[in-house]
This record gives sequence, C-alpha cells and structure tokens, in this order.
Amino acid sequence: MAEIRRANVMVCRSTGCEASDAVGVFDAMREEIKRRGLDSEIDVVQTGCRGFCAMGPVMDIYPGGIFYCQVQPADVPEIVEETLIKGRVVERLTYKDTETGEPIPIYEDIPFYNKQVRNVLRFCGKVDPQNIDEYIALGGYSALGHALFGMTPEEIIEEVKASGLRGRGGGGFPTGRKWEATRDAPGDVKYVVANGDEGDPGAFMDRSLMEADPHSILEGMIIGAYAIGAHEGFIYVRDEYPLAVKNLRIAIQQAKDYGLLGENILDSGFDFDVKIVRGAGAFVCGESSALMQSLEGKVGEPRPKHFHATERGLWDRPTCLNNVKSWANIPLIISAGADWFTSMGTEGSKGTNTFCLVGKIQNPGLIEVPMGITLREIIYDIGGGIPDGREFKAVQTGGPSGGCIPSDLLDLQVDFDRLTEAGSMMGSGAMVIMDDRTCMVDVARYFLDFLKEESCGKCTPCREGIKSMLTILNRIAEGHGEMADLDALGALAITVQSGSLCGLGKTAPNPVLSTLRYFRDEYVAHIEDHTCPAGVCKALIEYYIDAELCTGCGLCSRKCPQEAISGEKKEAHTIDLDLCIKCGVCFDVCRFDAVGMR
Amino acid sequence: MEKLKSLEALNRLRAEFQDKVSLRLDVGTTIAIGMGTCGIAAGAREVMHAILEELESRDVQAHVTTVGCVGMCEKEPLVEIHRADEPPVTYGNITPAKAPRLVDEHLVKGQTIEEWVVQR
Repeated sequence: MAEIRRANVMVCRSTGCEASDAVGVFDAMREEIKRRGLDSEIDVVQTGCRGFCAMGPVMDIYPGGIFYCQVQPADVPEIVEETLIKGRVVERLTYKDTETGEPIPIYEDIPFYNKQVRNVLRFCGKVDPQNIDEYIALGGYSALGHALFGMTPEEIIEEVKASGLRGRGGGGFPTGRKWEATRDAPGDVKYVVANGDEGDPGAFMDRSLMEADPHSILEGMIIGAYAIGAHEGFIYVRDEYPLAVKNLRIAIQQAKDYGLLGENILDSGFDFDVKIVRGAGAFVCGESSALMQSLEGKVGEPRPKHFHATERGLWDRPTCLNNVKSWANIPLIISAGADWFTSMGTEGSKGTNTFCLVGKIQNPGLIEVPMGITLREIIYDIGGGIPDGREFKAVQTGGPSGGCIPSDLLDLQVDFDRLTEAGSMMGSGAMVIMDDRTCMVDVARYFLDFLKEESCGKCTPCREGIKSMLTILNRIAEGHGEMADLDALGALAITVQSGSLCGLGKTAPNPVLSTLRYFRDEYVAHIEDHTCPAGVCKALIEYYIDAELCTGCGLCSRKCPQEAISGEKKEAHTIDLDLCIKCGVCFDVCRFDAVGMR
Repeated sequence: MEKLKSLEALNRLRAEFQDKVSLRLDVGTTIAIGMGTCGIAAGAREVMHAILEELESRDVQAHVTTVGCVGMCEKEPLVEIHRADEPPVTYGNITPAKAPRLVDEHLVKGQTIEEWVVQR
C-alpha cells in the first residue's frame, strides 16, 4: 500500500533548474524534513520541467500549490518552518507580478500559466518521472488499456485521423494518415520510431517532455504500434540530453517490469518492445531519412524519397516516425476522444502545441497553448513582453529553417498554415524573440552559419549554396555589399530550395528570404548607407563620446577592456578608435547617455 | 515489481496509488489546522496526526493543511473544515480523541457538530 503524506513538496529537477542548483535544494529539503522528523508526513518529490525556467530552481507545495522560485538551499529551513509547519507563505520567494510587483503565491494564478492549456505537458511538474506508479495513479496507461481491450487497430487509426493531429515535429503531416499508410504497407515486420533529436537553437520542449513525462511518450508508442501492427520501436534521442536518456531508460525498464512493454502486454496477446538509440547530435539527423540511416548505424545522411518511409523506412521495412510530442498526444486523444481534441485549435490545426520562448523576453520558458492563439498573446500575455523597456522587432519561429515575423504581424494566429503563409513555419516550436537592438542581417547570417556547419554535404545546392549565401551576407555586414547582391541572394535561395534533397536544404534559405521580405530596408541601409541601424554589425559602427554630456566620471574608461578611453578627471573623455574593438561596454555602462554610436 | 497480467491488475494498481497523488489535485475538502506556537503548544500536531490517521482508515478524501495562529489562542487546537460549495466551519478545543467523530459526522455524514463550533 502506498503511504499517504499530508503534503508533497515538488522540486523541479530538470536540466534548466539543475543548472541553478536544484539538486542542492532537493537534498537540503529531504535533509531538513528528516531532521525535523517530518518524513512520515511530507514527501519530497522530484519532477520534470514545468516551463518557468527563468525562475529556477522552482518548487511547489501541495495541497494548495504554493509556488516558490529561485530557491536556494539556504532558503529551505525557512520554507519548512513557515510553510510546511505553520502554513504561511514565504513572501520573498513567491513570484512577483512584473507590472505591479505584487506577490503571486499560487502556481495557477501566475500570468505565465493563465493563458496556457497544458495537455501534453499536463504531468510535467506534477509527477516524479522516475516513478511509474505516479503516472499510473494519475490515469496513465488507461488509454492503453482502452485501446487494447476496447478498440480495434482500425478504430484507433480512425480516431487519430478524426482528431486532425498533425506532426508535432513541425512538418505538420497528418499523423493518422501516416499510421494508416504504415499499417496498409505490405510486410510482416514494421517499426515505430519516436524522434527526440531536437536540434534547433533555443528549442527544448522535446527534452523537457522526455525528462518530465517519459511514460506519455511510451504509452503513445505502444498504442501506435498496436494500431499499425509493429512489434518493435525505437526512440532516437540526442546524447546531449543525458537526463532525458536516463529518465526514458528508467521508464522503459519500469514499464517492462509491469509488463506494459514486452510480450503479451496486459494479457492482450500483443507484443511490443522499445529501445533507445542515442544520436551524436548532428542537426540533419532530425530529418526523417537521415535519422533512420543513423539508426541503422550508417552515416546520418538523407536519402532520396522515391518511396515513403511508411513503405520502406528503417531497414527497408514500413516505418512510422513521429515526433515525441506527437506520440505524447495519443493517450489524450484515445482517452478523451477526437471530438475533445478538435474542440481546440483552428480549421487546419487542431489541439494545442508547445513552444519555447527564448531571446529578448521577460519570461523565457516552455509553454503549451491552443493552436490559433496570436503571437501577441504568446509574447505579451504569457511571455511578459520585452525586457528593459525595449521594443519588439521580430520573432523567429521554426528554428534555423524558419523565418522572422515582424511586429505588424503580431496578431497572426499561430498554426501550421498561417505561419507558412507568413514565410516562416511551425517547425519544432522554438520562438526566438528579438528586440530593436537586433540586426536582421546579422540574424540571417547567424542561422545560415549554423546551417552551413550542419549541412551534411551530400547535395551540392545545399552544401555550396548556403556557403555562397553566407559569403554574400558577410560582405553586406562588412559594408561591402552591392544592391545586386540582394538579387543574387534571391536566386541562390531558389536553387538551394529546389535542388536540395531533404528538409534542411529546402528550408535553409528561409531566414534570408523572410528577413529580405520584411526587413529589406535594413539590408539597403547596410549596402547604400553603410550603416547598421540596430548597431550590431561592428564594421559599420563606431562609438563616440559626446563632450557636452560627458561628466568625466571615468566609469567607461575603467570598464573598457582595451584601455581605449582616456581623459582627465571631470573632463570629457575620448575613444581611441584604433584601439576600440566595438564591444559596446562603454555604451552600456554610461549613466549620462554620453556614449553614442554612429 | 510484479507483472500486471490484466487490465484489472492495472486498475487495481492505479486505485492503490491514487491517494498518494490526490493531494496534487483538487479534492474539494480542506482541513486547516492552526499550527501557530499556541496551536502546537495545545497539541495541534497530535490532532493533525489523529485526523490524518482517521482519514486514511475511513478512506475519506481531504487535504490537510496547516495554518498559522488564527487569533483564538484559548480555543486551540483549532480545526477549520472547508468543503467545496459550503462555508467553512471552525471547531475549537479539538483533541486527538475527537478526530473520529469529526471525520465521521462532518465529512462522512455532512453534519456540523454544533457544540464544538467556535466560528462559522
């Protein structure tokens, strides 16, 4: 019999919080509870990510859901004394409203969570990911029971088709149709594969899900395998995600011990087993055919798609590859039904989706929202807007192959089709928010540089085309660009798009195309006026000190790493441009706005 | 770990562990025990343990929380029971021996124990 405690202290131990000493907090909490003789009353539970990563380490205390952020081990005795023994809130550790500064003690009341609909992430932060009993207690594996004993494989596929679920890895292909194609493909041996090879800069939703709720992925895979007729599955995870690998491994072992994986699952006569395969971190291995090559032990390069993976995938057998988030949606759809799922979202994109908010945003973190929410709601209502009173400039969605969306499209509804129309894409769900101090030429350059490194080199248009585009962008950023370069960029983009084999090349020009489409002025300014309006491209800017405003306090000269600033005390200072490396420290530290940039 | 050999076995396991995680969900009833210095001195901790045991043995779903001093120190230990959609009722001078009747009458039968009420 499970022991019942009067309180649960849920300490986040995901990668984000562990980086800010969640382990220390967890250990200190266990220690303190034991020291006070409360271990028979209070349980300390480790959980996965609940998304509010900027505020880590975080914990919440049930019943009630009191939420503490930026907790350090030294805070633990006070939390035990005040909250766990006396039932009082420790105000200094609560979240404070960004506008009013009012403390918000309860988790659900924080604006960050207000507009979210957490379905796939429902157990993230609510269960111990290393304890299958907790997942089962909260209703886990009941969808599997329903599928195995109450539905035929065809009915399951119909339900998934009716839900309108589209691939959450970003491609957006209807999941049910993929399942059906794999089921209908001839052959006795079929495979299901979960793609956990998340590689976009700023994306961490797959990692968080694998770390925080590995069983929901497993449950989805078992249901899918049963519907498709597969008896073997693989989870492809990148090796840079050690905690995800660890938690998945524990989850698989526990599911095996309970007979939820393996032979004759729950005495249904259905056999299914899952193995973890660790990827070495090549970005291209997130692409389906490259992933399968890598899974087979070959070099991770895409192959021509004369036939679909659903017919000839892994080891030339019919293979159904879905993102881990797609798999995690399945138990929900089977339990609550396609009607429930389609009640959320837009015409072409049903349900919810997870996004990572990163960049110039008040509350970076992991969120889940219904499809069709506007960018404005995501960035301002949930993300808390742009910090330091700066202005919003653009949001980059869909990772390196996505595009930049400008401020006049802030009311765009976020779904697969709208984002594609706007020249970007859903992609993995990373959202990089940029403020007015971000140069769009530099952004395009950054992403192309990433893609140049990650291109596997198999096809020439991708390998050489991206490099050529990057050369042009570098030229523009250094002030040597010509207007004809913009046409050349456009022409190269078309070649790379149409001539590349896989999605990496086909979408690689997106960052350039979307910045050219929405921020052409900025390119022109670099080329014709030799200026960088955002003040980022170093070759095009120089710092100066306004003698009228300078008080001669000497702060900039003390902070300058090059000792390039000189001047007498209380006299105006000057910058030696030969020594200056344009790091911008003087600009940032000056309290009198005397340092300017031109 | 024993293998689950049927859907029933899975459901039994779920029922067994449900109570363990139920305090992370809203169950509708909260029992708040005054745990200021005055409450602890008057034996509030023993009262809390008695209530917890009673809830478990009677299989009643309720969250037990602790609160600070409510001000009526001479009536400690104070226990406030708040059921969803009902106004909260505060009982005073509760002892561990009173826990079974409290759980039985207020939570199981839904009747307020008038002679123990100090505030409602």
